[in-house]
Amino acid sequence: MKLLNVSGSPHVHGNESIKRIMWDVNIALLPIFIVSLIFFGLDALFVSLVSVFCCLLFQWLIEKFLLKQPTTITDGSAVITGLLLAFNVPSNLPLWIVAIGAFVAIAIGKMTFGGLGKNPFNPALVGRVFLLISFPVQMTTWPKANAIFDMAGVAAATDATTGATPLALIKEAVKAGDMTVLQGLPDYWTLLVGQHGGSLGEVSAIAILIGGIYLLCRRVISWHIPVSFILTTFVFAAILHLANPAAYIAPLYHVLCGGLLLGAVFMATDMVTSPMSKSGQLVFGIGCGLLTVIIRTWGAYPEGVSFAILLMNAVTPLINKGFKPKRFAK
Amino acid sequence: MGGVHPEENKLSTQASIEVFPLPKQVTVFLNQHLGAPATPIVEKGMAVKTGQLIAKAEAFVCANIHSPVSGVVNKIDIVKDIFGYAKPAIIIDVEGDEWVDTVDLTPTIKSEITLSKTEIVDKLKEMGIVGLGGATFPTHIKYMIPEGKKAEYLIINAVECEPYLTSDHRVMLEHAEEIMIGVSILRKALGVEKAYIGIENNKPEPIAKMREMAEKFEGIIVEPLKVKYPQGAEKQLIKAITGRSVPSGKLPIDVGCVVNNVGTAFAVYEAVQKNKPLVENIMTVTGKSLAQQHNYQVRIGISYADIVNHIGGLPDDTAKLISGGPMMGKAIVNLEAPTTKGASSLLVITDKEAERAEELDCIRCGKCMEACPMGLEPYLFSALINNDKVQEAVDNHLMDCIECGCCIFTCPANKPLLDEIRFAKGKFRQMQQKK
Repeated sequence: MKLLNVSGSPHVHGNESIKRIMWDVNIALLPIFIVSLIFFGLDALFVSLVSVFCCLLFQWLIEKFLLKQPTTITDGSAVITGLLLAFNVPSNLPLWIVAIGAFVAIAIGKMTFGGLGKNPFNPALVGRVFLLISFPVQMTTWPKANAIFDMAGVAAATDATTGATPLALIKEAVKAGDMTVLQGLPDYWTLLVGQHGGSLGEVSAIAILIGGIYLLCRRVISWHIPVSFILTTFVFAAILHLANPAAYIAPLYHVLCGGLLLGAVFMATDMVTSPMSKSGQLVFGIGCGLLTVIIRTWGAYPEGVSFAILLMNAVTPLINKGFKPKRFAK
Repeated sequence: MGGVHPEENKLSTQASIEVFPLPKQVTVFLNQHLGAPATPIVEKGMAVKTGQLIAKAEAFVCANIHSPVSGVVNKIDIVKDIFGYAKPAIIIDVEGDEWVDTVDLTPTIKSEITLSKTEIVDKLKEMGIVGLGGATFPTHIKYMIPEGKKAEYLIINAVECEPYLTSDHRVMLEHAEEIMIGVSILRKALGVEKAYIGIENNKPEPIAKMREMAEKFEGIIVEPLKVKYPQGAEKQLIKAITGRSVPSGKLPIDVGCVVNNVGTAFAVYEAVQKNKPLVENIMTVTGKSLAQQHNYQVRIGISYADIVNHIGGLPDDTAKLISGGPMMGKAIVNLEAPTTKGASSLLVITDKEAERAEELDCIRCGKCMEACPMGLEPYLFSALINNDKVQEAVDNHLMDCIECGCCIFTCPANKPLLDEIRFAKGKFRQMQQKK
C-alpha cells in the first residue's frame, strides 16, 4: 500500500504567491508605461527595455556565478525594479547610464543583502539616487512631454525640446526670488494627464492612480501608506502656502508634480521595505510626506520623494518595533 | 479581526446520517477526553452491554467511559492512537447489540425537563459527556461555575467554519428539536434565560430549520454569523455574539460565557432525557476524490481502517488522511487506531491538495498579521524562532496563538509559520518545566 503523508495543520493553502503579487505590480505599472510611450515615444521604450533587461541580466549573473543558486528572475520582482527605475529617469538619459543604474539597483540595492525580501532599501530608488548624485546633469535634463496626439487646448509641442520640470521651475523661482517664472507652470489638467516635463513614469497622475486602484483591488497594497503620504504632503504644503503664498507654491502642485504620486503608490508601498502593521504604515507615510516637503522646500534638490522614501526605509525596522498590530482583547 | 476564506468544500451536506455497521471488535481508550485517564472497572473475559460503565472518572478533569458495544472484554492493553502515541485501552469483542436496560431507545422526543440544576450536572458526569467540538473537555465541569464567577450567556457553537465538515450541519437538520431541548437543559444547568446558537451564514438550511424550531423555545436565539474562518474558534465566537473579548490566558467564564458545541447539545439531550451515555458520535467521511460523501453515526472505538474498508478503500491519489477539518485537523499516522468521543471526521486529502509549494524568503507583505485572528505577528515569530529566540517570541505573545493556521494558509512565501510556532510553544513548555 502507498504510504500516506503526515504533516502539521493546515492541510490546505490559499492561492497567494509571491509571483502573483509581483506580476500584479507589473500589471499595475502598465498604464504608466503606455502613457510614457505616448508622451516620450521610442525613447521611453528604449530606456524601459534596457532598464528591465539589465536588471534581469545582473540578477541572473549574480545568482548563477556569485551565489551559485537557482535563479529567481521569473518571480517578477526584478522586472518591477527595472520598470520603476526607468520610470524615475528622463527619457533622454543615455542608455549606458540606465545600465549603470540597473546594476546599482540590483547588485547593491538588492542582491548584496541576499535578494528579494532581505533588502532594507527600495532597490529602484537606490539605483535612481545613485544616478542622480553621479550624473546630475543628465538626470535633470528633461525632454518636454511630446504628445503624439494633441490634447484640446494644449499647445502642440511637436519638437523634442528640453525644459525644466514644474518642481525645478518652482525651485528656481524661489531661489531667484522671481515669481514670474512660475507663469511657465502647467495647469492642473495638464499635470493630471501628463503633458509636462519629468521622468518617464511620473508625468501622468491618472495613469498612476489607475495602477494604484488595481493594486488596492487586488489587495497587494492597502490605502494606508499612499493616503497618509499624499495627505501629509498636501496638508504640510497647504500650511506653508497659507502662511506665505508668495514664497510657497500651492499644495496641489506638490501632490501632482514630480514623483510624489508614483512614489506614494508604487515605491513607498514596497512590501519589503515598508512597515508591517497598519499603524506603522501610517507613521511611515506621514514621515515620507513631511520629508518630501522639507526637501522640496528647503533642500538643495527640487525633488525629495526618493530621499524621503529611502530615509523612511531606514527607520522601518524601528517602526516595526514600536507599532504593533492590535492584539485580541487588548 | 483577521481570518481567511478557505474554499468551503462542504460536499456532504446532502448526505443523511447513516448508521455505521458494528465491527467485530472495538478499542476504547481510557482517555477519550482532555485530562486524566479513567480507571477501568471491568476485567478480561467479562461480558458487557452497550452503554455499561466500563471505566470510571476519578480525577477532577476526567469523564466516565461506557461500552459502545455489547460483547466480551478481550483484554486491557496499551494501544497506539491515531498519532502513534501509546495509551491504555479496553478492547471488546462484539457480540450482538444488547443495551443496558436503563437507556430509552424509543424514538419519541421527550421535551419535559424533570431534573434539577445539580441533577443535570450529575447526569452529564455520569453519562460521560464531553465537548464534541474538538477539545473533548468534560462537559459537566463547565457547568460547575467557580465561586466569584457568574454565567450570563450560554453560547452554542454551530458555526462549523472548517471546510468539508458537515456533521453539525446534518445534526441540526435531522435533530433540531432534540438540540433545542438539549440547549434548554444546559440553560437550566447554568441558570440563564437566554442561549445563543451561532451558525455561519453559509448554512441557510440549518439556519432556517433551527429558527423555525427556536420559535417553540423562548429565549433561544439563532444568530447567523459572517462567513470567515475561524469564526467558530471559542474566543472569536464569543466576541461575535456578545461583543466581549476573552483576555489572554483567561477562560470564557471570566467574561460570563459558557460555550458548547451543537453536537454536545444533542448528546446532552440523549443523556439527560434518554439516559443514553456518550457511546457514539456523528462523523463526516468526505474528500474530493471520494465517489460518495457520508455522514455516519459511528460507535466509539471503531478503527479508522474499518471506516476506510467500509467505503471501499482509498483512491489512488490519496495523500493524507485527516481527523478533523483541513485547517486544524490532524494527519492520521496510525490507521488501525480507533475513533474517540471527539472524532468528527475522516477527511481524504488528495495529492493535489496536499502539495506544498517551495518555501521562499519572507517578503514582509504582512498578510500573516492581517490574517491572524489574535492580532499576533507570525512573521516575527518565524524570524525569532529561527534565531533560537523562543523567549523573545513568548514576550511577543506567542502563547496566545490558537493554531488556527490562517498565517500559513495566506503566506505567499509558503513559510511553515504554524509549524515553527508549534515547535517554539513546545520548547517554551519544556523550558518552564525545567525551571
